[in-house]
Amino acid sequence: MSFQFTVSPDFPPTRLPSWYLFNTWLQKSTGLSIHLEMFPDFESQREAIAKDKIDLIYANPYDAAMLVREKGFIPLARPKDRLDEAVILASADSPYTEVEELKSGVRVAVTNDPAINLLGMMMLEPAELHSGNIEIIKVDSYQAAIRKVLQGEADIAFLLKNSMMRLSKLVQSQLKTIVESQIGDLYHTFLASTTLGEHAETIKKALLDMHNSPKGREVLEGLEIPAWEEITPEETDFMINLIEALK
Amino acid sequence: MEDMKPEHIVGEYKEYTLTYYDGTTRKVLVTDIETPYPDGKLIVSTTDLNGIITHANQAFVDMSGYTREELIGQPHYILRHPDMPKAAFREMWETIKSGKTWRGYIKNLRKDGGYYLVYATVMPNFKNGKIVGYTSVRRKPSRRKMEEALRRYARMKAEEENS
Ligand SMILES: Cc1cc2nc3c(=O)[nH]c(=O)nc-3n(C[C@H](O)[C@H](O)[C@H](O)COP(=O)(O)O)c2cc1C
Repeated sequence: MSFQFTVSPDFPPTRLPSWYLFNTWLQKSTGLSIHLEMFPDFESQREAIAKDKIDLIYANPYDAAMLVREKGFIPLARPKDRLDEAVILASADSPYTEVEELKSGVRVAVTNDPAINLLGMMMLEPAELHSGNIEIIKVDSYQAAIRKVLQGEADIAFLLKNSMMRLSKLVQSQLKTIVESQIGDLYHTFLASTTLGEHAETIKKALLDMHNSPKGREVLEGLEIPAWEEITPEETDFMINLIEALK
Repeated sequence: MEDMKPEHIVGEYKEYTLTYYDGTTRKVLVTDIETPYPDGKLIVSTTDLNGIITHANQAFVDMSGYTREELIGQPHYILRHPDMPKAAFREMWETIKSGKTWRGYIKNLRKDGGYYLVYATVMPNFKNGKIVGYTSVRRKPSRRKMEEALRRYARMKAEEENS
């Protein structure tokens, strides 16, 4: 029997091969049989989690909080120097330059990334905007959210800041940042279900050692992660409490 | 808690003596200099059941003017500003002790005597169905709502002083 591994579906499609390479590396390094199952969106991934079909996951902070609290998942590692922050973007020629200029009825393109949406909504509060007085335009990827803004179908969009760096120079020049979060306490987390038993420790060791081998480094580069680092139970608790308070 | 020291204060200040819930008092030195709350910044802290700070993020350190070492282990009233009425915090504590989330506007006192204004969420943290501590997340408030709250607090404060 092989373990089921999945990744929070918030990475660009071009990253997909790198995750398959990662899974191959993980199996070789641990001697475990691990199947990488990708889901097209957060909903289908959550359904699989609810049915206890996932043993290993690289989760966004929101799902990580839920998995630890409700499913007893154990945090193994987090990426080094890769914080999760949110940005609110507008088209470069938009009349808006700061949050407090936004008015009720503003059209907001949002993906279904739960952590980013919580942060985005929080950053709209100074303008007294909330889900009841804005127009939410749901899209299924960051690329689609940006398209809505560039085509004038949305005034602003909520994005994971890290996803911005991967936009082409041309696209970046057509956008401007209205506000970005400065939190410093939220990150994606690599988690194991209790179904992994003692193997969780094997995987954790392999992850923390990954950047020390040329092959490991090469795979990490593809994922744009410098290295994995340990995460303490206190840090996990803090992140969970923060997410809960934002809900 | 140690009294605030003139050498830490920036600008002209007034002196007040605050009496805290645990019966202790502290001399605080207060200026009317506001540190504007930066867009997108999130101050996060956790406390134990008595409101003693157990965790503070970098934004908390930046905005309060204290070092992390000065904050951890201290009661959260280290930030209490003399303009805040006692009743506001009484209501906060009643709400969170009963297991619910409190949301409200707070004027906080900095180490340098100045202040900063926040919209805060304070909530209990549960473990195995029991409250084990509290978490607070603060962010930039809406100007209009903050001013409304400050007017309300001034009225409450006046009533507290008259009674
Ligand atoms: C998680 C948490 C966060 C708090 N944050 C603040 C704060 O930012 N400013 C403040 O004056 N009091 C804060 N308090 C309330 C203080 O504990 C305290 O009740 C308040 O400063 C009034 O002091 P007193 O209770 O001694 O009268 C917080 C309490 C908790 C549990």
